Amino acid sequence: MRHRLGFAGKKLIRMALLLLGTSLAAFLLMAASPLDPLQTNIGQAALGSMTREQVDRLEEYWGTDTPPMERYLGWLGSALKGDFGTSLLYRRPVMEVIGQRLGSSLWLLLTAWTLSGALGFVLGLAAGANRGRWPDKLVRGCCLVLSSAPVFWLALLLLMVFSVWLKVLPIGLAVPIGAEAASVTLAQRLRHALLPALALSISGIAGIALHTREKTADEMERDYILYARAMGERHILLRHVVRNVALPAITLQFASIGEIVGGSVLVEQVFSYPGLGQAAVSAGLGGDMPLLLGIAVVTAALVFGGNLTADLLYGAIDPRIRREAAKR
Amino acid sequence: MTPILTAESLSVSFTRYGRGLSRVELPGIRDLSLTADPGQVTAVVGSSGSGKSLLAHAVLGILPRNSRMEGTLLYDGAPLSPRRAAALRGREIVLVPQGAGCLDPMMQVGPQIRRGRRGPEVRTQCRQALERYGLGPETETLYPFQLSGGMARRVLIASAVMEGPRLVVADEPTPGLDARAAGRLLSHFRELADQGAGVLFITHDLELALTVAHKVVVLYAGQTVEEVPAEGFRTEKGLAHPYSQALWRAMPRNGFQVLPGLQPEGLDLPEGCAFAPRCPGRRPECGRGQIPYIETDGGRARCLFPGEVSVS
Repeated sequence: MRHRLGFAGKKLIRMALLLLGTSLAAFLLMAASPLDPLQTNIGQAALGSMTREQVDRLEEYWGTDTPPMERYLGWLGSALKGDFGTSLLYRRPVMEVIGQRLGSSLWLLLTAWTLSGALGFVLGLAAGANRGRWPDKLVRGCCLVLSSAPVFWLALLLLMVFSVWLKVLPIGLAVPIGAEAASVTLAQRLRHALLPALALSISGIAGIALHTREKTADEMERDYILYARAMGERHILLRHVVRNVALPAITLQFASIGEIVGGSVLVEQVFSYPGLGQAAVSAGLGGDMPLLLGIAVVTAALVFGGNLTADLLYGAIDPRIRREAAKR
Repeated sequence: MTPILTAESLSVSFTRYGRGLSRVELPGIRDLSLTADPGQVTAVVGSSGSGKSLLAHAVLGILPRNSRMEGTLLYDGAPLSPRRAAALRGREIVLVPQGAGCLDPMMQVGPQIRRGRRGPEVRTQCRQALERYGLGPETETLYPFQLSGGMARRVLIASAVMEGPRLVVADEPTPGLDARAAGRLLSHFRELADQGAGVLFITHDLELALTVAHKVVVLYAGQTVEEVPAEGFRTEKGLAHPYSQALWRAMPRNGFQVLPGLQPEGLDLPEGCAFAPRCPGRRPECGRGQIPYIETDGGRARCLFPGEVSVS
């Protein structure tokens, strides 16, 4: 028990440090950005025609007149109290914006995450079990092509094929254009999320499949597989290999949350999908510091949560760790 | 009595791709002949690289895909085709492998030795098999990492005897065990033979093999060079082949003399007798043609001048 508390304590400290570092890095990058929030959001011409007084008020609103460190510490102070400020672009509390955006992104992220994990695992297993033969060559070839193709390019390709040529799926957005929010059905939402989710999953499959293939091929060479064959066991792949490959695969799956979240920024941009990734892009380009910092902190926490889950699951699944821990 | 296992001129070779598109046939076993009788422990002795494990894999029908097997392999008097081997392994023909590394690290012992079969009678069988080797029912819930080396071997034997096998292939089952534990393990093999099973005990440890074996088959560079009743090893004179004699002299109680030179490997085989380059009694004839496997007193030897060479 004491051991577990120590483990949790260490992880919490690490998480606090990570979030602090992420927010600081995001802030410094934004502060060093050559984008002037006033010019970007109001426009050069409009800015030129304003009185000094008006400009001063705008500068105060965007915070460009305060020294950077003071701004960061101010943000940090209220963030620690749970107040992440108000988004300058959306004029609503940051957490509210993030909550809403995350809500629509979550569909996308979850679908892509499950799909890429499941498909990647199965493909990797099939390739590794048939090392050197055609299933392996096929899977490996596809994965190498996929992992070298940039995700936004894949997204554009899918868009061209399914939306422009075949006209079977919508070209973008999360709901039909012009529809009232209340009248949107679940089917419509799913139809809109399909292509972005597909693009996002395809890019994630390659990594998981290649990794699983490698691990499976290693396991297939182990003595216990030969022994199982020698003793006439059937379903060796399902009985033994899956069991031994699943552990690293689960770790990888949870660690891949970061990649999926990162990929969603590009994919949402291509599909004009109003999710967290798109909000991050507009916050970055529009100089919306509170929103950007909020998004940075939330996504970092998500990724950290994923890795933490992987660690905890490892201990729960692997009998070697589980039984050792039980002894203490 | 029909031997439970007969191998005649068995050879196993591997295809490897050499430079460019050329294929190279690498011999693993070249000319292996032996018989194993039910109720007896037949020890197959040879240093590493002599093809011992390949023999086990050939009998169980689990040779790798890039291998080719020629010659005759008979089980209970009938040819042991890969399909027949697949039907028999795990039931009539079983393997006792090296050690705990052969157990799935993520699976409990119970399900592992039941090998996917279910039902109350299988459970009883499993419990009885474990009990026979002094392992309680709690062993079933242990994972391989929780077993000691000796326990792991007993689990492996229990797993092998569960369905009353007729041929037990033990492939180097003793390394890592101290002399007492190894002795106990071997007595289990002897017991299986006494109950009527044929035991093929594959090892590099001649001394250990002699404590239980009824018959010894000596392998050198993928060939059987001598098949002799275990009593033949009592004195050097009982042995016909100079390599067996050299093995005898290398045993601690017989002077610990080690023969200089190395066993040839793969493609470096000399013409004629593979042992000739190291043989103290080599004659010009030994370097030519095939050396026949001829009958000797109570056994067979692959030597043109069996029993003649004896150096002291």
